[in-house]
Amino acid sequence: MKAPPFRYARPQTLDAALRLLADEGAGARLIAGGQSLVPALNMRLLEPTLLIDINGLAELTGIAETASGIRVGALTRHAALGASAIVARRTPLLAAAVPFIAHEAIRNRGTFGGSLAQADPAAELPACAVALGARLEIAGPGGRRRVAAHDFFRGVYETALGRDEILVAAEIPAQPGATLFLELARRQGDYAIAGLAGWAALDRSRITDARLVFFGTDIRAVEARAASAALATSLDAAATALDRDLAPVADLNASAAMKRHLARVLLRRACAAAVTHAA
Amino acid sequence: MTAPLAAVDRPASYIGKSVPRPNAKRLLAGRGQYVDDLRLPRLAHVAFLRCPHAHARLKSLDIAAATRAPGVVRVVTAQDLAGRYTPWVGVLTHFKGLKSPPQHPLVHDRATWQGEPVAAVVAESRALAEDAVALIEIVWEELPPLTDMAAALAPGAVPLHAELGDNLCFGRAIDAGAVDEAFAKADCVVEESYSFARHTGVCLEPRSILADFDPADGRLTVHCSSQAPHMMKEIFARHFHLPETAVRVICGDVGGSFGIKIHVYPDDMATVAIALLLGRPVKFVADRLESFVSDIHAREHRIAARMALAKDGTIAALAIDDVTGVGPYSTYPRTSAVEGNQVVGLTGAWYRCRNYRANLRVAFQTKPPTTQYRAVGHPIATSVTEALVDRAAAALGLDPVELRRRNLIPDDAYPWTTASGLKFEKLSHQAALEKLLTLMDYDGLRREQAELRRRNIHRGIGIACFVELTNPGPAFYGVGGAPISAQDGCTLRLDPGGTVTCATGVTEQGQGTETMVAQIVASALGLAMDKIRVVTGDTERAPYGGGTWASRGCGIGGEAALQGALALKANILDLAGAMLQAEPAALDLAGGWVVDRAGNRRIGLDEVGRAAYFRGDTLPPGVQPELVATRHYMPRQYPFAFTNGAQASYLELDVETGFIQLLQHWVVEDCGRVVNPLLVEEQIRGGVVQGIGGALFEECIYDQRGQLLNGTLADYLVPMAGEMPDIVVAHIETPTAESMLGAKGAGEAGTGGAPAAVMNAVNDALAPFKVRVTAQPISPWRVLAALGKG
Repeated sequence: MKAPPFRYARPQTLDAALRLLADEGAGARLIAGGQSLVPALNMRLLEPTLLIDINGLAELTGIAETASGIRVGALTRHAALGASAIVARRTPLLAAAVPFIAHEAIRNRGTFGGSLAQADPAAELPACAVALGARLEIAGPGGRRRVAAHDFFRGVYETALGRDEILVAAEIPAQPGATLFLELARRQGDYAIAGLAGWAALDRSRITDARLVFFGTDIRAVEARAASAALATSLDAAATALDRDLAPVADLNASAAMKRHLARVLLRRACAAAVTHAA
Repeated sequence: MTAPLAAVDRPASYIGKSVPRPNAKRLLAGRGQYVDDLRLPRLAHVAFLRCPHAHARLKSLDIAAATRAPGVVRVVTAQDLAGRYTPWVGVLTHFKGLKSPPQHPLVHDRATWQGEPVAAVVAESRALAEDAVALIEIVWEELPPLTDMAAALAPGAVPLHAELGDNLCFGRAIDAGAVDEAFAKADCVVEESYSFARHTGVCLEPRSILADFDPADGRLTVHCSSQAPHMMKEIFARHFHLPETAVRVICGDVGGSFGIKIHVYPDDMATVAIALLLGRPVKFVADRLESFVSDIHAREHRIAARMALAKDGTIAALAIDDVTGVGPYSTYPRTSAVEGNQVVGLTGAWYRCRNYRANLRVAFQTKPPTTQYRAVGHPIATSVTEALVDRAAAALGLDPVELRRRNLIPDDAYPWTTASGLKFEKLSHQAALEKLLTLMDYDGLRREQAELRRRNIHRGIGIACFVELTNPGPAFYGVGGAPISAQDGCTLRLDPGGTVTCATGVTEQGQGTETMVAQIVASALGLAMDKIRVVTGDTERAPYGGGTWASRGCGIGGEAALQGALALKANILDLAGAMLQAEPAALDLAGGWVVDRAGNRRIGLDEVGRAAYFRGDTLPPGVQPELVATRHYMPRQYPFAFTNGAQASYLELDVETGFIQLLQHWVVEDCGRVVNPLLVEEQIRGGVVQGIGGALFEECIYDQRGQLLNGTLADYLVPMAGEMPDIVVAHIETPTAESMLGAKGAGEAGTGGAPAAVMNAVNDALAPFKVRVTAQPISPWRVLAALGKG
């Protein structure tokens, strides 16, 4: 478990980092918190020729309140996200999710942007980004572009991020409803067998609008649109409709059918809890 | 109550006191000296190429590119080692019919598990060695894997080792009493099948070895992370054709072992062979990925069991059929027969039932070898017995506690010989069970459970009674020809300043052996503990002994320390008597002084030491001070000192998700004399956690091709603090009369009993749904499957 040999660079500006990325081509990898990359290197699952350490890029740091919500720099550590008063006020879903991300040591190093770019289908933050309608700011050789979180996540470890691009920040609208967050993992800190991140707008004890995103079930964080729409009818209707939203994939802890079952349980529990809380 | 222990049970005695471990501070400060911390001049590092297939023939192996890689000292294959060692065979003569083929350090022509070492790269660093491993060109011809135990034993199955004829590694049948008759006449028969997954012991410090051969004086020094340094010395001498005097084994700090570090591993043997070949020190430290496919695995049983009972709840007969898989080889030198042997020996052993039948079949497979891991066989025997008892109680409409009360061996019935032939000196099952019930407030919990059930909250209460095998005598291994010592020694020396250096054959792996020894020695010599220096783990410094395994450290090593300290005390008093012109019998030791009967200080131990070593001129004529004493101890009366106890688990089951929340766990155990309650309780708690690991989390998941699917710490679920309940521990002390100390072992009771208590609690929670789970680990998946959900 020793990493294969690679070269290492620590640029001080985003432009320099983008140049290194372009010059090196396919062999380059960005390293931020390293919480997924370093184990992959040590297991020799990846053999990059150049590691570009982006921890020195000031452009990628900070959490700021904006007119419509918040802006989170890609280098924001999970721990900082969880401790931010701005995050707790504007996007409480993110604050609720942070304690479920692995363990404290990992939260101290791992980054928000790293988690999004890694796109693990069982990770919390990609699901939160989709649920909150985040827009991801991406820098590339041709300048900046913005991609909706919904379009960013494409599959297991697959995103819309080009090989020559760097995720800079996420612009996240203020959360429009009560937080829905539940996760089932065999042990505290493990990747979810099934998880639900979302929000629900309530009129007294009636859900008027909701966004439900499931993680750990499919090949990526999935927005359950049919189930959300059916919530207006009943919880039972939403649970049934969920079957149309999900295409679960089995893992070592659960069959596809079990994931489907657990997702329904999470949906019922999260929505019932939101309603109870509102009442 | 505890019988008085005159020799050490005195004012200021440390016996029975929760003394913290002095060495814990050093380890916490990061000042441990593990094998990987050693840096010797000219040290080279070893990395192994391991077979990626469960079963494959080696067609070709090209090491040319690897040999030329930067930093590579040598690439070693089986050809390089041929003739330089004697292969080892994991059989013992007292296990009749046990068979296993000779095992080698590196694969010659056929690999039989995914992870078997094939070639070794020796390089200037581990990273360079791994780089070169990737350059070895190898061609395999895949052969059919043999993963399923039943398939391996089925008629017509192709033998994994043609020369052995079939895949039955070992079998044992027990038929005691009149089993058929008892079943025929029974009022009630319960029957169930159980399965236990293969899992492994995950040590914080992986297996590590540094072998250093000095060709100038022909001496081999091996630093290794092991539980049994003298055994390893014997094995290295024997298999590498070295004189006993030429081998030294040193075990410094050892970061956990659990039975993992007491076996002969091909990669360890290859590392020693390489040191001998190269004449320079080489080190191999297993990384976590290779630990999962090269450390021994454990368990993997399928058991069909039946119990016959009379209407009044008397267990009339018990019958089990155990199939277990041990991988391609029986592990050397302890053999892989012991786990299954203990399952059939221990099942039902704490109940009065005299009619018992057991059939054990141990199968070869193409998975890593399985063998002794903490609480060998116990979790299986206890889970099966106690699950059947709960089923029987339900069938008869009795409370599960009541059924146990009616069948446990009475506390006044000892000595007792079980149907399987095990001898119990004196146990306390009835007292332990009653104490457990009080401790947990059994009736109160039952009321709470009933009330919560009405609110659709499903909690379960599980009870398990059990025995634990500790302090094995020579009939365990030595009798069968293994170089495994059942005795242990302790050598004590009074130093000039009045302190004592104490070398013991038992070893420290983090459980507190050194503290325990120091407590006993300090108590016997009337010294403060900080005046005792305990030395362990070095075959050139410690008396010959078996080491630490089978919960023998305190019961055997502690008794040797006590006897050694009493012998040293006699020597000191002889000398002091001569110096003081007093009868030695009228003197005693207390507080670092020689005192008279009234406790008056006569002369300090520092003064005795100084006179003996530097001022012999002041001693009376003819006096030759002898301030070193050694004593050895081995149990002779009983083959094992059995202990007993009872455990209970209280948990909540989420019937929609299948998730289990452990709420509380209780243990009452009787390990005889408790020398250090803190250490005993931590042994029990750690043991319970490992037991819960097996019951709920740990499983080496193999696919049909024999590939391990979860060989990382992200996927293999070791039990973590977040999921563990509070564990309440209480003691009953029934000292063994065989030793003066009276201590039995405590290292495995937690692991042996916990899975049974947890499985019973899960099934108690499931009772309203009329379903049961009988496969461990009890994952959410298995719970939901039982409930017909998901």
